[in-house]
Parts: sequence; structure tokens; C-alpha cells
Amino acid sequence: MSNLFCIAAEFDDEHKLLEACNKTRQAGYKNIDAYTPFAVHGIREALGQPATKMPWAVFAGGLLGLSVGFGLCYWVSVLELPYNVGGRPLNSWVSFIPVTFECTILLSAFTAVFGMFGLNGLPLPNHPMFNLPSFLRASQDRFFLVVESDDPKFEPSKVSAFLETLNPLEVREVEDE
Amino acid sequence: MATQVHPLEDAVIGPNQNNTTITEKISDIVLGKDAPLFWYIGVLAGLSLAGGIAHGAAWLVLKGTGVWGLNIPVGWGFAIINFVWWIGIGHAGTLISAILLLFRQDWRTSINRFAEAMTLFAVSCAGLFPLLHVGRPWLAFWLMPYQNTMNVWPQFRSPLVWDVFAVTTYATVSALFWYTGLVPDLATMRDRAKTKVVRRIYGIFALGWRGSARHWERYESVYLILAGISTPLVVSVHTVVSFDFAVSVIPGWHATLFPPYFVAGAIYSGFAMVLTLAIPVRHFYKLHDFITMRHIENMAKITLATGLVVFYGYMTELFFGWYSANEYEQYMVMNRISGPYWYMYWTLIFCNGLTPQLLWFRKIRRNLVLLFVISLVVNVGMWLERFVIVVTSLHRDFLPSSWGMYFPTFWDIILYLGTIGQFVLLFFLFLRFVPMIAMFEMKHLVHKSEQVKQG
Repeated sequence: MSNLFCIAAEFDDEHKLLEACNKTRQAGYKNIDAYTPFAVHGIREALGQPATKMPWAVFAGGLLGLSVGFGLCYWVSVLELPYNVGGRPLNSWVSFIPVTFECTILLSAFTAVFGMFGLNGLPLPNHPMFNLPSFLRASQDRFFLVVESDDPKFEPSKVSAFLETLNPLEVREVEDE
Repeated sequence: MATQVHPLEDAVIGPNQNNTTITEKISDIVLGKDAPLFWYIGVLAGLSLAGGIAHGAAWLVLKGTGVWGLNIPVGWGFAIINFVWWIGIGHAGTLISAILLLFRQDWRTSINRFAEAMTLFAVSCAGLFPLLHVGRPWLAFWLMPYQNTMNVWPQFRSPLVWDVFAVTTYATVSALFWYTGLVPDLATMRDRAKTKVVRRIYGIFALGWRGSARHWERYESVYLILAGISTPLVVSVHTVVSFDFAVSVIPGWHATLFPPYFVAGAIYSGFAMVLTLAIPVRHFYKLHDFITMRHIENMAKITLATGLVVFYGYMTELFFGWYSANEYEQYMVMNRISGPYWYMYWTLIFCNGLTPQLLWFRKIRRNLVLLFVISLVVNVGMWLERFVIVVTSLHRDFLPSSWGMYFPTFWDIILYLGTIGQFVLLFFLFLRFVPMIAMFEMKHLVHKSEQVKQG
């Protein structure tokens, strides 16, 4: 038995999509999403989604990289292999800056990229949206607004009727599998 | 104003381009059945030259670094010259994709993808040289800090160790940045693929990207952050490369000028290389709507600006050679100008000092053939710069009794040509299998320019 994943409305223009998103949100639907070929500005607000916290994660990753980088230099040069060169201080921290810096950047980048894909749930080989034949154009030149079936107000016939009022190209039900 | 500005030619994207046409034009280059003849010629040329790496590296590994022209006093020859040259070329890619993004330079959009690809390929060529220079490349992992039975660790006060960290970080972050920027376009390729196999292959690399608004939100945030961290990274990498020289006490190397001068030189040579690649690609793939005269002219202007910084660096070197009142520094300057390698120095001044001055003229900046030739001259000039810095400083340093001369051997040259082949080959493969212009960013650009028009 297959359940409904969502009901999708297709648009050919990002301005119509934005307008539709605003109306859907104002109509009280909560679990709504949009699929677009590029990042449309203002869509997050239109859908009522929260802003991402990724910058904080990257900041934490950077701090970790900073400590790992400096820790590595310090541990090697001061504790593990203290090497006396003309009586110069072992903790010559200025010389450790380049390595510390590079490690900071490296771990920030890892956090950013892997964190982003991880939180997005990617890689994911298949997804219910791909059951929609016209969805092939979501990565090209079409814009989809969907009301997901776990929305508290979800009632297939009502959602379809509502989406039809938004002037889409077409409204389709998307099956779960 | 006497000069007429043609608005159509100077737009960042041609008129009548919309989401559909952008997608079709760019993805069809990859998904089309046949490649242009130009592509086959490029691949063949690249492949034949790249054979030089196999040949040169095999002989090197069999016989040791003695087959190169290296000697004492000149222990750093072609390997370091070519390493710095390639790394420098790579920097323009990061500059275009990261720094111009932060400065909101819209015109970067159509050239950033292949400029970043150029970075990756240039860094892969650069990486080969230190790897082979160690003589036993299978032991190159000794450069990394790890607990070992020899009970030794890298010396973290040495610029050479900084360089290992800087270059590996740079290569990794460039690859991540490039791939992240590629994922939405790979999804487009997956969705447009005509056969099942092609769809599968692009599908795997697209990671199941579906363009959800929640995903875009994180994606955009991370992309901006990557640009933000790549910017200091790219500056740090060439700074650290310059430290390899500047931290030593060799006359001509021990200068505080080196970091900014190296970074400017890197950007200068990188933009010249982007021009060398962009002009023919634009012509053969008919991308005039995407790479407009505005792009070409802007790149020429950046080449001129950084070229002036580099030339200023040459002048400062001469000045400080004299001003230092240090006998060795003064001799080094005179030796560069009139010593046994005088012809290298003066060709360098011709390539990097005089030639870029032509770019002051708008007519020349808009003349594609001339601009292509100038970009090649600049590439040669930047190679000569590294030759002059490395060889003329080393071959006559302090004690006249240990002076010597350096000449590359056949094995030096074949390996260098080999990396040029590898670069060309990788670049042509990229043109055929990866969308060379960021489609989703172009669509975003159209979207934004529409918003501007509508107010």
C-alpha cells in the first residue's frame, strides 16, 4: 500500500512560486516545502522556515581545527620532541601559526560541506519526489510547491482544491514509494 | 565621452537567456553525442604531452634526482620553479570563485566553474614536483606528522612543513568547494540524461540533490562560508610558499616584500591562464552570451592591476638591493641584471613589465587575438620570474669558491612538459563531462537582474 507523500503544485516562474508560498503559509499549512532549480531569494520567509544554524556549526569546527592545529604543534615541539636550537624557546608559538591557521580552515571546510550534506540528508539515492514525472524539470526550469502529508491540516481533496486556486500549471499527488 | 559603450556586449549575460535556454545550452555541450574537432585535438595533444610525466617520473625513480640538472649550489631547480608556477596559476580560480563572490561581482558567475577546475588541475600538477623532488615519492608520507618507529616529528618551525599543510589544505578545500558548487548542476545533468547509464553516473555524483528550499537555505549559507574561508586560505598559501624563500638568509630571498609580491604574482599569472583558456573555449563552444566582452575586459584589467604590483615588486627588489648596503644583496642585484643569466632577467622584464602595459588600451583589451597572445606572454613571464628568483639567488650566494651554474636536463624539461600535458588533458576532459558554467548560478543571476529591472 502506498501512502501520499505530498501534493505538489508546479509553476513556471519563481515570482508565481513565491506568491503561492506566501498564500499557502498564510492559509495555515505548516509542513510545506518548495523545490527549485536555484536558490530563490525570500523563499525561506515565504515558507516560514527557520534560518539555518550552519554558520555556528562551522564556527565550532573552526575552533576545533584551531585547537587541533596548535595542539599538534605544541605537543610535538614542546612535549614529544623538545629540540633545543641555540637555546630558543620550545613554545615558539609564532612559528606555529601557519599550521594552526591551515588546520582551522580545513576543519571549518569539512564541517561546512559534510555538515550541510549531512543535515540535508544527502546522499539519498531515492526520494518520493522523484516519483513525480514532471519533477525532472525541478532542476532545470520549473518550480514546485508541496504540502506534505504529515501537515496537521492535511486533507487531500482540500489541499488540492487550495493549490488549484494558486494558478499553477498543474497539481499532482505524489505517492510515498 | 568619445568611446561608445555597447550595452549588449557589456552585460554579464546575453539578452534573451532564460532558465530553459541556459540549461539547454550548457548541458547539451556535455550530453550532446559528439564533441567538436577542437576537443579531440586538445585531448590528443594533452595525452601525448602527459606521457612526459610517465617517462620522466619513471627514469627519475630508477636513477634518482641526479638525472635532473640540480647541483650544489643550485639544489632547487625546475621542481621548485614549476611548483610555484603551477600553484600560482591555481590561485586565480579561488580568487574568482571566492573573493569576487564576497565582493558581489556578478560577472564571476560564468567563469568561476572552469576557473576552479583550472585551480584543481594546476594544484595537481604543482603537487607532483615536491612529491618527485623527494626522490622516493613512495615515502612522501614522511612529511605528515604521525607516530613512527624513527621517533622523529616534523619541525613545525620550518616553512617547508608549513607548505605541506598549506598546499594539502588548499587542494582539499578547493576540491570541496568545487564539488559543492557542482552538485546542483550534476542533478540537472541527471535529470536531462538521455540514457540510463548516464543518468546513473550523474545521479551518483549528484548525491540525490532535489533542490528543496530547506536544502538551498543550508547550501547557500555554506557556499558563502566556503568563499569566506577560501579567501584568507588562498592568500595564506602563496604567503607560505614565499616563506619557503623569505625565511632563509639567501640574498634576494630574505625580503619582507615576498608575501604580497608572491600573492600578486600568483593572481596575475592565474588571470592570464584563465584568459588563455577562456578565449578559445568561448570561441569554439560559442559561449558569447555567457562569457561576454565584459568578462574578458574585467579579467584583462585585473591582469594589468596585478601586473603593476608585480612590476613594483621588481623595482623594490632593485631598490632594496642597493639600499640594504649589504654587499651580497648588492651583488645579487647586479648579477641578476648583468650576470650569466641576464637574458632571463631582461626577458622577464619584457614579459611582465612592458607587455601588460598594452592592457591600458581599451582597444587591446577587446582584441581577443592580441589578448590571447598577451596572456601567453604573461604565463611565460611568470615562469621566468620564478626561474630568476630561484636560480640567480642560489647560483652565486656568498662564497665565490662555491659558485656554480644551473642548466635543466632533458629529464627536467620532459617532466615540465608532461605536467602541461596533464593540465590540458584534465581540462579537456572537464569540458566534455562536467557542465563548464554553473547553470544554477546563471539562473540566479537572471532572476536577480529581473528583480533589478522591476525595481
